[in-house]
Amino acid sequence: MRQQIPLLITFIVGTLLIVSVFIPPFGDLETTFNIWFDIIAVFAFFLGGGNLLRVHINKLRKRKRDWGFSIVTILGFSVMLIAGLFKIGNPGDIASAVDAPGSLFYDIFNSVQYPLSATMYSLLAFFVASASYRAFRAKNREATLLLIAAFIILLGRTPFGVMLTGWIPDSTSLLQIPNLAIWIMNSPNLAGQRAIMIGIGLGVISMSLRLILGIERSYLGGDK
Amino acid sequence: MRRTTYIVVAGVVLLFGLSWVLHAVSMSGEADGIERAFMITMAAFLTLAIYSFLYKDNPFYKFAEHLYVGVSAAYWMCQAFWSTIVGNLFPRLSEGLSSYFQQPYQASGWNITYWIPVILGIMLLMRLTEKYGWMSRWPLAMIVGTTAGLNFVRYLRSDFVVQVSSTFMPLLGEDPHRWQGFGAFISNLDLSATGQLAAIVSNWVIFIGVICGIIYFYFSKEHSGAFGRASRLGIWILMITFGASFGYTVMGRISLLVGRITFLFKDWLQIIS
Repeated sequence: MRQQIPLLITFIVGTLLIVSVFIPPFGDLETTFNIWFDIIAVFAFFLGGGNLLRVHINKLRKRKRDWGFSIVTILGFSVMLIAGLFKIGNPGDIASAVDAPGSLFYDIFNSVQYPLSATMYSLLAFFVASASYRAFRAKNREATLLLIAAFIILLGRTPFGVMLTGWIPDSTSLLQIPNLAIWIMNSPNLAGQRAIMIGIGLGVISMSLRLILGIERSYLGGDK
Repeated sequence: MRRTTYIVVAGVVLLFGLSWVLHAVSMSGEADGIERAFMITMAAFLTLAIYSFLYKDNPFYKFAEHLYVGVSAAYWMCQAFWSTIVGNLFPRLSEGLSSYFQQPYQASGWNITYWIPVILGIMLLMRLTEKYGWMSRWPLAMIVGTTAGLNFVRYLRSDFVVQVSSTFMPLLGEDPHRWQGFGAFISNLDLSATGQLAAIVSNWVIFIGVICGIIYFYFSKEHSGAFGRASRLGIWILMITFGASFGYTVMGRISLLVGRITFLFKDWLQIIS
């Protein structure tokens, strides 16, 4: 019973959404289910937050390794949550945006979350550079192609690329590195991306069918 | 904790305080100067704390990492609450709640159905308990069914039909580079980036490239002979794609790095104007 009802729900909802495309009166179902999906997703966010708290409170209680940093997570989470849910310091009324300039939520976002997020991602520049230095070797034709394409794209988006091939006349302007970078992005790159997208599309379609028909049921976990 | 750790932490706290005071003094004429000075100092401290990982894992990095996890989780929860629960759910569930949150009430006979996702959402939260954890399978099934049903149609349209139809393009040029005869083609035979030759070559590369790329992903036939050669060409196209994607990603990360360094030198240290 604990397996059958979820399988039935997946089958009914999935089939209904596919069939609704072909039957006009059911056309609005997509919008309705999208809203339902968003509402359940909000509860999933709350579940995630609850789980985060549970994990860190457990870590704190059992004095596990680095337990002191769990206090930072719990404090950061609580302060941001209170600032956002109660719109503390928000200059507008209750209908104004949660991230209105001047609110505590906005200030924490700008002075904590945004710098942390941007720096975390920019940190990847160092690791990618160091990894590519070790991995990029023109060992064979394929690796050479990858290397050349990456090099042209990198160079084509810098002033150095413009400077290097700026002397090439307009009649052969395709050979200028910035133009070559644009051409690579718009032609061979597009072809490769499209082949991958068609593959992904077919994969998603077959996986959706497997889920709707109950062939794929790993998302249900065990039998308990 | 070792003595060195205490000294380093004390030094960082001292520098943080000094930076705050100096910024507050320089902003003394502005409204909320002290608050803004604290925000800039905090952002600079967190930026440097993350970059300290380049040396090795250390308590400052761990502090910033743990703070990021907590703040991000709460950020998305608040955004989801105000945009979906207040913006989409309350106006359909109750007139009282709608007026309290100053949202326009959306009266409809079908509004009662919006209790279904609420009940399913509460069932999802049961995952936090051991005894009733199984109840979370129902909303999960709903999420999986909705995703499968929507993606089936969406991907069939956008990732399959549209992509296949876009691949079949005029191989002898199209407006504004429509084929006007061999003579005109020869007379325009230059390598200008917007010329007819470049446009025609692009269309050929896309057409052949997509077909060969798909052939590479077809594993039900041995890749030998003409099929093997097409598959080989497909690998080359894919390698160019991966190279281009790599270059593009690196440039994106580098522009973020430039943004952070600009913040440190311009907003925090005020060395550059």
